[in-house]
Amino acid sequence: MPTFGLNQFVFLLQGAVWTIILSILALGIGAVAAFIVALCRISANPVIKYVSSVYVLVIQGTPLMVLMLICYFGFNLYGIDVPALVGATIAMTLYVSAFLGEVWRGCLESIPRTQWEASDCLGHSRVQRMRYVVLPQAIKISIPPTVTFMVQIVKNTSLASIIGFVELTQAGKLVNNSTFQPFICFVIVAAIYFAICYPLSIWGKILERKYNVGHR
Amino acid sequence: MVYQFDFSFIWDQWPRLLQGLWLTLAMSALSTGLGFLLGTGLAIVNSYGRGPVRTAARVYIEVVRNTPLLVQVFLLYFGLSSIGVRIPVFATAVIALSFNIAAYSAEIIRAGIESIAAGQIEAAECLGMSRAQVIFHIVLQPALERVYPALTSQYVLLMLASSITSQISAEELTGAGNLVQSETFRSFEVYGIVAVCYISLSIVVRFALSGFGWLAFPRRRRLGTNL
Repeated sequence: MPTFGLNQFVFLLQGAVWTIILSILALGIGAVAAFIVALCRISANPVIKYVSSVYVLVIQGTPLMVLMLICYFGFNLYGIDVPALVGATIAMTLYVSAFLGEVWRGCLESIPRTQWEASDCLGHSRVQRMRYVVLPQAIKISIPPTVTFMVQIVKNTSLASIIGFVELTQAGKLVNNSTFQPFICFVIVAAIYFAICYPLSIWGKILERKYNVGHR
Repeated sequence: MVYQFDFSFIWDQWPRLLQGLWLTLAMSALSTGLGFLLGTGLAIVNSYGRGPVRTAARVYIEVVRNTPLLVQVFLLYFGLSSIGVRIPVFATAVIALSFNIAAYSAEIIRAGIESIAAGQIEAAECLGMSRAQVIFHIVLQPALERVYPALTSQYVLLMLASSITSQISAEELTGAGNLVQSETFRSFEVYGIVAVCYISLSIVVRFALSGFGWLAFPRRRRLGTNL
């Protein structure tokens, strides 16, 4: 029986690389979807507003684990055999779009009403109002919570292990199955997650302090 | 290819899913209660403790908040069994969830404690209140009142996160779904029903928690606003 050694450690690190890849995919694609959700949530059209709020309610009310299972098995309905990475990315994108979308909606709504009105008075179109007045201010506000949310994304990619995607947690499970040394194995897995997430947390805190100067 | 949806299995299997739903609720309620108490203690130590005790609380909070719940659950489950401790899966799940939510609660409650104006505390000290009295009456109660909405959202997220314990074969809602799925092979329908159950649960839990807040914070109820 193999014991925990360098080979196992390297295997875990390879898993960590996939965790990072999945996180980047989830953040990249999810951010686009989240922006659309945020815009829909503050839309003047009541139908779009209502539909998007139901969307958020449904995604936020479903555990990510169940989303993963649905996305993964959903494709099998049509006889398409998708790689676990695709299933996981879709589930993570849905998750990010609902949660980050709500965060960004808050940022957009925190821009004072008068700014929107002033922009209207200048004769800006809706796109111009977003582009030149609201977004430059909202993006600044949104950076700290977005960085903090990245920690959630990295941690939640661990759920991709249930559909068999070999990221860090799944790698840890595989190593544990062959070495039967759960303590050392999962402590190292946790330590690698910590090494990825903690700098992000600290960064988020620094940004929060930096952008909050005006309010102190 | 056109897929035929088939929900007929629900006639045989609903008691199992209902049992799972009940277990999810019990598990979340227990861990929320335990985690809240532990989290309040951690927040107090973090704000008023000093030296190594405070550092230990800080390290605990940061470590738990920066590692995935799934890994924590595995560590506890496989770790305990490897040193020969045999406890039921349900207990393992509740312990893992409580320890997890305690760290998040502590961080939220700490924000509430920090928001209490220094003048309040000085006034209480002038009235001759003891340190414990100040912490409990002047700091903790208004702090909890202020952060209660944030705690509520966190506890709803915990209820959803309890699905993770299906990975150590706890037969809560997702676990029950896995069992039904493995017998009927109707994965999409099963997880669809499970998802609907979770969405309903999250709405019900949110209502229940805000109802509880309405009962627990009479001042807020009468004033209609935070202190």
